[in-house]
Amino acid sequence: MNTSTLPIRDTPFILAGKAFASRFLLGTGKFQSKQDLANSVATSGTEIVTVALRRIDLDHHEENIIEYIPQNVTLLTNTSGARNAQEAIRIARLAKEAGHGNWIKIEVINDSKYLLPDNNETIKATEILVKEGFIVLPYVSPDLYVARELVKAGAAAVMPLGSFIGSNQGLKTREMIKVLINEIDLPIIVDAGIGAPSQAAEAMELGAAAVLANTAVATAAQPAAIAQAFALAVQAGRLAHLSGVPQKRSLADASSPLTGFLYEN
Amino acid sequence: MISLTQIQKLLTDSRPETLEALAKDAQRLTEQNFGRTISLYAPVYLSNYCSSHCTYCGFHSLNKIKRIKLTGEETRKEMTAIHATGIRNILLLTGESYKFTPVSYLKEAAMIAKDFFQGIAIEVHPMQTSEYQELYTTGVDGVTIYQETYDKVRYTEVHISGYKKDYDFRRETPARAAAAGIRQISMGILLGLSDVTRDVYELFCHLREMEKSFPGVEYSLSFPRLRTIKGREFAICDIDDRTFLKILCLTRVLFPRVGLNLSTREHPKLRDHLLGIGITKVSAGSNTAVGGYTLKTIEDQDPQFDTEDKRSVAEIVAMIKSKGFDPVFTDWRPIENKA
Repeated sequence: MNTSTLPIRDTPFILAGKAFASRFLLGTGKFQSKQDLANSVATSGTEIVTVALRRIDLDHHEENIIEYIPQNVTLLTNTSGARNAQEAIRIARLAKEAGHGNWIKIEVINDSKYLLPDNNETIKATEILVKEGFIVLPYVSPDLYVARELVKAGAAAVMPLGSFIGSNQGLKTREMIKVLINEIDLPIIVDAGIGAPSQAAEAMELGAAAVLANTAVATAAQPAAIAQAFALAVQAGRLAHLSGVPQKRSLADASSPLTGFLYEN
Repeated sequence: MISLTQIQKLLTDSRPETLEALAKDAQRLTEQNFGRTISLYAPVYLSNYCSSHCTYCGFHSLNKIKRIKLTGEETRKEMTAIHATGIRNILLLTGESYKFTPVSYLKEAAMIAKDFFQGIAIEVHPMQTSEYQELYTTGVDGVTIYQETYDKVRYTEVHISGYKKDYDFRRETPARAAAAGIRQISMGILLGLSDVTRDVYELFCHLREMEKSFPGVEYSLSFPRLRTIKGREFAICDIDDRTFLKILCLTRVLFPRVGLNLSTREHPKLRDHLLGIGITKVSAGSNTAVGGYTLKTIEDQDPQFDTEDKRSVAEIVAMIKSKGFDPVFTDWRPIENKA
């Protein structure tokens, strides 16, 4: 679906000064085969994919994920496997040296049970990497003060988790994400826990700038098909947001019991 | 946490539907947390010198086998052969001997391994935190250390002499390794040594302790079953395949993100079926004798235990793919480990 044909004209998704037509980002882990990944990139029309630098297999030609990602897709290397800011910084520098560009998604996780990001270390890594010229997209637990620090540090976006990574639980952090959308003047990209296209649509309806999914696509029976469903749901949610989603109302809300008296003759 | 009684109840429940339901839960959780991927590794035995006498082990100090340890050049030769099969995760193993395989020897082996492999783990005698730190900064990311059994009485019976006799020092080993910065820790029990219910329960408790004290470590568990050694039975494992699978599935359900390793000591049919139900990492093309890949003929080899799955790495890779999984050679590319 071309956004220019929509009844409401959308602005392109601008991230670090670069315009994207698609607001769906795809993660690359957990796929049954690299071909499934390549097909999912194609059917979803995603223009940004995230790859863990430490997962790139440079040795095995057939296994090298980079070779399955088209040139026109922006590679967002992530620091998965980093346990603190220093390790994230080291991974980011390695990614740059390896020629993967300067877009980096900071993931600092020091808890192997819940895989929750360490917000403090993420802020530290963001501050340093922005100064080094990286385009930094930090992955965080949604928190207003943390997001404000990230704005100060020069992050290009804030990527709050919807729920635990890989949990498919959807927007468990909905209210916190709404606060970020309202208060933070950076793109809010909902990342992690989005398990169904309907959940992606919900995030977009709230006003998220984009949505990232991985597990839900990689472990689906037909990854390429669900990847397309996600992309469509993201567009639907975006259109709904731009249209102004009507508020839910109770059925018996016909008259004005409180203020009607002002208009009585 | 699950109770001892609950584990007991589950392990003695012989209804097929109980096991099937558990396996379905395990499969769903494994796919959710690990996706459709299976990691591969191989062991390289560097030395069979051992100062401990463990009644069930082919390397124990009183066993009349030819004691050898690989020189740097021999290590390189063995690693070249393993590297050629595609394997990039290596497990360096020795007998338990501070004298013959001190930390300096292990460091040297790790330095050589860095030329060939992306992931380096060790399964050697328990060490002090400072020694683990030295190995970590050399490039060792993983430590495998099994308590074997948590039954102290039985532990004393089967670990007759040597360093390994010290139950408490061994039990604290994962904590010392984690404190040194080690990223991946594999823990386990040897099935067949003692009461399985209690051992599984105690292992789970130990893992919970570790998760709370060192949340950043990536944990995995193994449940090796005692094997024959060169056809001889040193100890018999009475854990049948159903109970074995139950233990694996229970682990997955209780610890959805913890890795589960399966070695070539299990037979091919079982290994193939266990992929994705809970298992996340398998060894392939393994040889369990020092110099077994390139230096010694089969007759000349003294394996630590007999392997059941003798398929090559290429055959295992083909099998993994045919089951709808992506074989992963490089789990984690190394980054410079800093103290």
